[in-house]
Amino acid sequence: MSVILTAILALLGLAAVFGALLGFASIRFKVDGNPIVDEIDSLLPQTQCGQCGHPGCRPYAESIAEGGDINKCPPGGEATIQALAELLDVEATPLDSEHGEEIPKQVAVIREDECIGCTKCIQACPIDAILGSAKHMHTVIASECTGCDLCVEPCPVDCIDMVPVDQGLAAWHWHSPKDQNIIATDKMGLVTEGANLS
Amino acid sequence: MSTSFKATPSSTLNSKIISTRTIYDFHGGIHPEEMKTLSNQTAIAQPPIPPKLVLPLQQHIGKPSQLIVELGQHVLKGEKLADADGMISAALHAPTSGIIDSLIDHPIAHPSGESGACIVLIPDGKDEWCELEPCEHYEHLSVSKIQAKVREAGVAGMGGAGFPTEVKLHPPHHDKVATLILNAAECEPYITADDRLMRERAEEVIQGMEIMAYALQPGECLIGIEDNKPEAIAALREAAKETHIEVCVIPTKYPSGGEKQIIKLLTDKEVPNGQIPADIGVMCQNVGTAAAVYRAIRFGEPLISRVTTLTGEGIEQPGNVEALIGTPIDWLLSQYGFQAKKAERLIMGGPMMGYTLKHIETPIVKTTNCILAPTHKDLPPPPPAQACIRCGLCADVCPAVLLPQQLYWFSRAQEYDKAEHHNLFDCIECGACSYVCPSSIPLVQYYRHAKGEIKQQKQEQLKSDQARERFEARQFRLEREQAEKDAKRKARADAAAKAQAAKKVAAAAKPAGADTDTQANVTQEDTADTKKAAIQAALERSKAKNQAKSASQPEDVIDLDALKTAWDKTQAKLDKMHDALDDAKANNPGQVEKLTRAVEKNQMRVTQAKQAWEKASTSLMTETETSKDTKTEQPSETPDLAALATALEKAQSKLDKMQDALDNAQPEQVEKLTRAVDKNKVRVNQAKQAWQEASASQTTKVETSIELTANTADQPNKTEQPDIDALESAVEKAQSKLEKMQDALDNAQPEQIEKLTRAVEKNKVRVQTAENALKAAIPISATTQNGEQ
Repeated sequence: MSVILTAILALLGLAAVFGALLGFASIRFKVDGNPIVDEIDSLLPQTQCGQCGHPGCRPYAESIAEGGDINKCPPGGEATIQALAELLDVEATPLDSEHGEEIPKQVAVIREDECIGCTKCIQACPIDAILGSAKHMHTVIASECTGCDLCVEPCPVDCIDMVPVDQGLAAWHWHSPKDQNIIATDKMGLVTEGANLS
Repeated sequence: MSTSFKATPSSTLNSKIISTRTIYDFHGGIHPEEMKTLSNQTAIAQPPIPPKLVLPLQQHIGKPSQLIVELGQHVLKGEKLADADGMISAALHAPTSGIIDSLIDHPIAHPSGESGACIVLIPDGKDEWCELEPCEHYEHLSVSKIQAKVREAGVAGMGGAGFPTEVKLHPPHHDKVATLILNAAECEPYITADDRLMRERAEEVIQGMEIMAYALQPGECLIGIEDNKPEAIAALREAAKETHIEVCVIPTKYPSGGEKQIIKLLTDKEVPNGQIPADIGVMCQNVGTAAAVYRAIRFGEPLISRVTTLTGEGIEQPGNVEALIGTPIDWLLSQYGFQAKKAERLIMGGPMMGYTLKHIETPIVKTTNCILAPTHKDLPPPPPAQACIRCGLCADVCPAVLLPQQLYWFSRAQEYDKAEHHNLFDCIECGACSYVCPSSIPLVQYYRHAKGEIKQQKQEQLKSDQARERFEARQFRLEREQAEKDAKRKARADAAAKAQAAKKVAAAAKPAGADTDTQANVTQEDTADTKKAAIQAALERSKAKNQAKSASQPEDVIDLDALKTAWDKTQAKLDKMHDALDDAKANNPGQVEKLTRAVEKNQMRVTQAKQAWEKASTSLMTETETSKDTKTEQPSETPDLAALATALEKAQSKLDKMQDALDNAQPEQVEKLTRAVDKNKVRVNQAKQAWQEASASQTTKVETSIELTANTADQPNKTEQPDIDALESAVEKAQSKLEKMQDALDNAQPEQIEKLTRAVEKNKVRVQTAENALKAAIPISATTQNGEQ
């Protein structure tokens, strides 16, 4: 009898101790917010363009954390979808064309002599990358511009162009080797890269 | 200092020391066919001056040089064309005398085959040197002078990387240089440029190394040379006899000429991941660089030419040439029997690490050590890649002790983070793995691509982090502005509630003061915060008024006071409007919000003023009735009050309109706003006119009532007359002032609003003075009357 009692008491004691420990830990090491949102947010391109239908990258990250689609970000393209799929361990789905197509990196450029200084683009820019004041010419800080094109629509005189970024030689890097066809008859017309010497 | 590297009596021992030095080994490596005899049999040739030189502004690692010559300018050989831009950059000089023809985008020596900014120099054929600054004894120069001269000469690493040499002549800040290594391995097949240079100009190489040693003060000076160059070894040993430089012969194995590999071979030290040789006290230089340093110091000659190997079966007379920097490769090859039909392609650099040139007009640059024109038989294009059979040969030969197979999988699957964890960036891209791969997988190209992708991703990550930071900062700013706005709105609401409460208190004090509520209210409007003081003052005034009333004069005073206050208020409102408008005009539309707030304030005050005035008028009506009862003679009072009411209502409507305008206020609408304000001004003028009429009629009334009083009293009131005179004159003054005001307002231009405001303020003060005088006069006259009665 006393053996059973001892066992029960011992187990109860252990339960109390661990319960207290767990209770303490859950208060002491409480995590504020959802850490997965931060992780998702860090994978998004931060253009804040709203093409996904959310007002910025973080809200999109929040919607993904709640189980939303991961294929709504055209600026991030396939690379972002891949990264998100890997992070969340879900299947990578092709980019939803409803939200736009993946296009090469762009930057907004104001045709400065046409700018009337209305400040509408400044208010539209989600990252404060446009400089200028009322009735004075505005200009885009090219190095900060994410190419979200949110400034194009509000411009009353249509003086903002989205220009593909020419990164020049500094950004050049080797392309990936093409998978060559090893079947001899398919190799016809395979041209060696390089200058035409003859 | 340099003497320590000079001859010592024990120099005869040197050869023994050299031969006994332990040579270590590095992991892996391969033994490709050397093919060096093809080009190392003949002396370095001097090609003629080409008809055109194309000089890229970027031939080195770092920032491109800054152009300092003008188009059409005639330059002499060795004259500086472009200056080094920043710490890691190199100057560029004219390889021969001639005319600067143009600055164009021209294909440059880059694996992409893309174009870069190039200076085109058309030689005049005279090959005329500019004035040089030779120096017989480098020991006489300070170290910093030597560094400056090397920088000025535009010397950049000639082994292939093109790192500006001057930077590598500064010893590391924290440490001394333990070992200075001259890399003479030249391990890549076909290339013999350094070999020929050492054979023919061993003296220059050794002297150059001595100069470097003088600048760096290393513990030891070593030359690492592969044993497949016996003539060069002999020449170097001969030249180094009288010095402390050790010529270390290393076994032939590719890639012993890699910086990290030669350091391992000679010192057994390994450069840790992510560090450079200087971090472990080793400095590595190329033999070609040493010769260039020597020429820069000894003769003051900048780097304008280099020894380049022209080799391969596609060239009839392969060999080494001292080519001017900027010589177009197609022209240079044509001088040595280039057979375009035989050559499959042109490779810049060696067969292992070089890259296929996409444009044969690409110029020779400071890093071009070899132009290879192999036939199809020599260097066939790689067969199609097959599946990896996991043989592990690549891992056996990797000189960086990596796992090429793993790197291949990760690069191919774009799992770049994993590739990075497998030390992808330690890969020196030597190509040994691809060379041994039985499946002919272009491994190095996968690594190069992965490296580029990772670098790009890191850059993009950096940019997106920056964008996030900016976005969050903006959100924070917007929230803060909203909070400030809310706080201000709340403060205004509180102030309004307080004023309301004060009014109630004043209303509560009404019974005590009998007919004094008008005064109390009016006063309380002005000084809502000091309620008690206001009530006190109101009580005092009401007392005085009671006295005055008993002398049958009070309603006029009350009228005037109420009118005055109302007018003051309107004026104040207008002033504020003007200020706000000025702000809006002077600054940006961001302040339109401020303006709106100002108008809201105005609105509130006008409402309060109106309430006060209504109350005042009601009580005045009562008073008037009372006085009518007593005196029966105050008929024109009510029309006055009606006029006042109209004036105030007009002011109100003006302000309403103003507010509407402001609500829609856009920068373009500032003009509209101005017009609205002008309208307001006109209306205020009307209000003032109404007031003037009212006051004028009241003055008449005052006179009438005085006469009446005199009649009722049935006594000639002599003492009263001066008082009435004073009263009249005061009111006249006030009227004239107001007329002036009106004139000013009539001519009012937006720019003059400030002036106008000041004028109005002055006027107010004067009217106040006049009224005070009037108030003072009335009680006295009342007392006098009382006394007389």
